[in-house]
Amino acid sequence: MTSTKITVLQNGRVIDPVSSIDSIGDIWIEDGLIITPGETLTEDCEVFDLQGKWIVPGLIDMHVHLREPGEEYKETIESGTRAAAAGGFTAVACMPNTIPVNDCASVTEFILKTAKNKGFTKVYPVGAISKGSQGIDLAEYGEMKMSGAVAVTDGGLPVLDSQLMRRAMEYAGSHGLLVISHPEEIALSRNGAMNEGVVSTRLGLRGIPVAAEAVMVYREIALAELTGQRTHIAHVSTAAATDLIRQAKARGVKMTAEATPHHFTLTEEAVADYNTNAKMNPPLRAEEDRQAIRKGLQDGTFDAIATGHAPHSVLEKELEFDQAANGVIGLESSLALSLSLVRDGLIDVMRLVDLMSVAPARILKVAGGTLAVGSVADVTVIDPDKEFVFTKESILSKGKNSPFLDWKLQGKAVLTIMGGRITHSEI
Amino acid sequence: MSVADIFHILDTAISFKEISNRSIKKVPTLKGKTIINFFFEPSTRTRLSFEIAAKRMSADTFGITASTSSAKKGETLIDTARNLQAMNPDLIIIRHGSSGAPGLLTRHIDASIINAGDGTHQHPSQALLDMMTVREHKGSIEGLKVALVGDIAHSRVAHSNILGFTKMGADVRVAGPATFMVPHLDLLGARVCSTVEEAITDADVVMALRIQKERQDDPLIPSLREYARFYGINRSRLRHAKPDALIMHPGPINRGVEMDPDVADGEGSVILEQVTNGVAVRMALLYLVLGQEGGRAE
Repeated sequence: MTSTKITVLQNGRVIDPVSSIDSIGDIWIEDGLIITPGETLTEDCEVFDLQGKWIVPGLIDMHVHLREPGEEYKETIESGTRAAAAGGFTAVACMPNTIPVNDCASVTEFILKTAKNKGFTKVYPVGAISKGSQGIDLAEYGEMKMSGAVAVTDGGLPVLDSQLMRRAMEYAGSHGLLVISHPEEIALSRNGAMNEGVVSTRLGLRGIPVAAEAVMVYREIALAELTGQRTHIAHVSTAAATDLIRQAKARGVKMTAEATPHHFTLTEEAVADYNTNAKMNPPLRAEEDRQAIRKGLQDGTFDAIATGHAPHSVLEKELEFDQAANGVIGLESSLALSLSLVRDGLIDVMRLVDLMSVAPARILKVAGGTLAVGSVADVTVIDPDKEFVFTKESILSKGKNSPFLDWKLQGKAVLTIMGGRITHSEI
Repeated sequence: MSVADIFHILDTAISFKEISNRSIKKVPTLKGKTIINFFFEPSTRTRLSFEIAAKRMSADTFGITASTSSAKKGETLIDTARNLQAMNPDLIIIRHGSSGAPGLLTRHIDASIINAGDGTHQHPSQALLDMMTVREHKGSIEGLKVALVGDIAHSRVAHSNILGFTKMGADVRVAGPATFMVPHLDLLGARVCSTVEEAITDADVVMALRIQKERQDDPLIPSLREYARFYGINRSRLRHAKPDALIMHPGPINRGVEMDPDVADGEGSVILEQVTNGVAVRMALLYLVLGQEGGRAE
């Protein structure tokens, strides 16, 4: 959707890591593109005075479950992207575990068509590694790529067959697709409900050991080295896996990794009292793991922050803990929680924008991640001081399954612009 | 539950124990009270024990098991509980395979709830009857050496006993193959020993826990035969314990596996007294919960 008007973002702190810019300035937008600021304002200009606000390249969440097609009662492409826009995102990558699984061009095309008609953000479909994510045969990467898929993964149904994973990396490489691994050795995690540790012992819940993740991360590193293909590790939860990735990157393995706000904010203690809104896979871990992930965000081991936004209804969550579904939402709390890394002095603002916008665009090889003149006008305006209480009622996602309910958060997207179109505004 | 709470329950249980020895084993204390036994897992001892305790106190009891409940028809636990609530029971006693299930119910219904065992979490009334039995024989729990031997990981009885006996001042040791342990048992108060002999050295109480044969999804031990040889409680192993050590087992026993028959039936065995005391402890719990309106015991 284009506008004949010119949108003028004035007096904001413009932060654009790609151009190494961090200064007070203006961003002008016309016909969906960022243009060179004019000499004077005209009556065609819609002007926003953004004093005290940050203007950053549109945020990108590279790990989101939109649930459509198939589980529209949990989320739709419309509701999920609406929530994303409110969280400051201009693009999301959506995981293939829909019904049917996104393992062929027609499902990819359906997602893109729906997103085009109803979406509030760009949507980048991630296809399945194997047909039906059954872990047996390769899905049709070539056709999915032609239809618009940007990566492949079998998500929470991790590829157990190492030969299949090897072939997936090789074949994905031939089609220029990224392989995303959800690293989990199912034999070690089976029937587990939370991190294996002091809290699982106290609560009498079957634990998922750190090794379930570390074993698989090591396999992916070995396969990435074998195939020479770039591989992305999703939602790392443990210190052990963080160390493995750090070492692999130091050796030059083509590898990227993401961390989630819940894993760098919370520990297994959040599960106490059997809170199913803190049940997820990989599970919340121990404090030492949380610290390791924060360190990894600081030192560059992690390239991106992604939420793994996984909406569920009460049907999946108001159950006995061991029977409740895994997953938490994240789109509307990610920015505030990530900003706390800046407030805690762990990273600077440039690095935050890199983690939430520049790097996801680079990893997925999609547009965005910059405010340079001539770029697509995907822009997020952040009020870093704005405080809000994250209530169930305020959540736009259909899923309310957040471990951060009723938390007082600081920092909010107050204006989200996707391709020149204002998709969220609270100015 | 505080130390004072435990003492209060145990003292109350002792005062109720005598009722079961009368020729007319019934008192009118809970006349007119409605108690639902809501058992989602198979149970003989605990269910019957609560049922007898309630009837001896003149309460009206009703039982639901997994096979007769609407869970079979796909109803959720919360919905089933809300429906029970709608019939105005005074107390629901729940046994469930999921850890935390009783706590989930307390958030959704008003009736009092007693946890009769949840998953691999807790089995509080079992620990109370075990403590009652030990106290009857040893006078006090404080300072005793208590050894728990066997499948600690999957035993809610072990978890409740570690918490209870530790709280009452006992020195609790646990032993078994590492496949039967979970991390950080020391933080619950237990000392993890590498051999049974180490755990039962100078022990005042030796409790064997049941090997749960039904757990087939995880290769925990190679055979019952090998388990019995290295971890079973037998006469020769018991020489390490104090001569007057109490022999306990929460039942049901796999004879010849976790405990030899001559130990289970022999000197020092209080296994059947545990069952007898179970009724008294549960009478005490029912009285304390229902005698004091709105109380909750977990």
